[in-house]
Amino acid sequence: MIGQSPLRTFIAHAVLILGILIVAFPIYYTFVASTHTLQTILRPPLPLLPGGQLWNNYSEALFGGIGRIGGVSVGQLLLNTTVMALGLAVGKIFISILSAYAIVFFRFPLRMTFFWLIFITLMLPVEVRILPTYKVMVDLGMIDTYAGLIIPLIASATATLLFRQFFMTIPGELVEAARVDGAGPWRFFFDILLPLSRTNIAALFVILFIYGWTQYLWPLLVTNSNDMNTIVIALRKMVSFADADTEWHLVMVTAMLAIVPPILVVVLMQRWFVRGLVESEK
Amino acid sequence: MATVDLKDVKKVYPGGVEAVKGVSIAIPDRELCVLVGPSGCGKSTLLRMIAGLEAISAGIVAIDGKVVNAIGPTERDIAMVFQNYALYPHMKVYDNMAYGLRNRGTPKDEIDSRVRSTAKVLELSALLDRRPRELSGGQRQRVAMGRAIVRNPKVFLFDEPLSNLDAKLRGQMRVEIKNLQRTLGVTSVYVTHDQLEAMTLADILVVMNAGLVEQTGAPLDVYEKPASIFVASFIGAPPMNLLALTGSFSGPVLADGTAIGFAARETPAVTLGFRPEDADVTFNAEALAGALVLPATVEAVEPVGAESFLHCAAGGSRIVVRVSGRAAAKPGDQLRVVAKAEKLHWFDQAGKRVD
Repeated sequence: MIGQSPLRTFIAHAVLILGILIVAFPIYYTFVASTHTLQTILRPPLPLLPGGQLWNNYSEALFGGIGRIGGVSVGQLLLNTTVMALGLAVGKIFISILSAYAIVFFRFPLRMTFFWLIFITLMLPVEVRILPTYKVMVDLGMIDTYAGLIIPLIASATATLLFRQFFMTIPGELVEAARVDGAGPWRFFFDILLPLSRTNIAALFVILFIYGWTQYLWPLLVTNSNDMNTIVIALRKMVSFADADTEWHLVMVTAMLAIVPPILVVVLMQRWFVRGLVESEK
Repeated sequence: MATVDLKDVKKVYPGGVEAVKGVSIAIPDRELCVLVGPSGCGKSTLLRMIAGLEAISAGIVAIDGKVVNAIGPTERDIAMVFQNYALYPHMKVYDNMAYGLRNRGTPKDEIDSRVRSTAKVLELSALLDRRPRELSGGQRQRVAMGRAIVRNPKVFLFDEPLSNLDAKLRGQMRVEIKNLQRTLGVTSVYVTHDQLEAMTLADILVVMNAGLVEQTGAPLDVYEKPASIFVASFIGAPPMNLLALTGSFSGPVLADGTAIGFAARETPAVTLGFRPEDADVTFNAEALAGALVLPATVEAVEPVGAESFLHCAAGGSRIVVRVSGRAAAKPGDQLRVVAKAEKLHWFDQAGKRVD
């Protein structure tokens, strides 16, 4: 470290603590609100310390069902969102690693054309094709299904590109050594390529899981029934413009619960995630 | 145990570039054939065609008498040692060596005994649980060798395996490779651009240039009778001294006008060569019968301990003379370089050897 004087240390810590407070306070306040009764919340000022309703509020939200969204419980919402986020993350990784594998390691006609086709889709945001996609989903009867939530978003040009770049750094000699050692395309993929991609897969999983968890526009369109909602959509639906209609204590509980799974994924996979971003050992 | 036969093998790349322009080599069983040449001469391409990693454009590659043009590297029963070792970074040394056997469905206990015995030969027994990144360059090189040996293939292929090692280790590994190859008796093809490696390892030396074989033969035969100017200047360090000749067939004259006094026996030669160690220097002025005598000016002296190299200007070009021990000459000295007539090499217009 450059500055070792106590004053510098004090200033550095003060700035850091201030930063943490600014970031953490809204979350803390949400938590505080989630432990009070609706009446307390609606009668300002809101206390700064947690109230005694923690157990009641959380169990009511998780298991009882919430009136404004048709009596669906937060547990159901969490399940829906987990299925969607997991399906998206796993599906995107699965499809993009296979496409990148084909594009990098196989010689076939129009190889570069396919690569550019994939690449070009990067330029098209989901919003541009959202109406035709919606129509297709309606025609296929996939509204209000998990498949309808996941499949239209499952192709990922970004992930394909990332895997392609990574595969291109794998030395040609390694590929040839595997061929001489009698490894066919599948063996090479499973024995060599997949283990070498572990850290990349982990990093991508974290990013894609959170991407899937926070999806808004597509789930809003493709789910009509309340019990297929994702947690983000449900949260939006719970809030009414007339304050009195909104069960704020339950909204706060749902908001708290909605941020738990992404945090868990980041914390649990952090070791892998950081390695995936930093490590370039071959 | 196998022979390797190449008949008029060619490699033409899609762009029309001809990397190998028709090469025929016959390698007898148990012998080590070294392909040597400058970068871009097609030696690695040729090796990769033998391995089955590169398609053969024309000609025939046969291993053990069986044409293998159409079959893949796995079925050819070859093992290859790569320049950058190409070890699987995520596998332990043990698994690196066992991988090829596992893919071939070898029973587990046999794999285990073969890996362990090979590791013992290569002194890798203590390292079997390490990963490649925890090994030194020399150890990685050994693992790469082990991975080839453990398979007990018909043919070993080496693609510049020592070029990433430091000089000392390279000398050590060179001897080891030669011993192993001899003990195991496996036919081998070895590609290198290092003429010292080529000379010391080869049973058969193949000198390649621009996609063609310049000369094939035992290393010392190639050294003593280089078939062309290219071979003469490529094999040997420092390379052979070459002097341009003008004048008539019977009375050739050097570029600076010195008459030589004798000539090649049959065909007119335009280049005269002699090796640095086949010449000597003298300060005496008497004429020597049956020897080439060149007045020379010393430009630089390189003492390397057991010998010294004198860089001189003579006959209109620069030559190097090797003298044993310390050189008496110093830069600027006028002296005479003497080379015996029977140690001279003559080359014609096309660069081919003439006698």
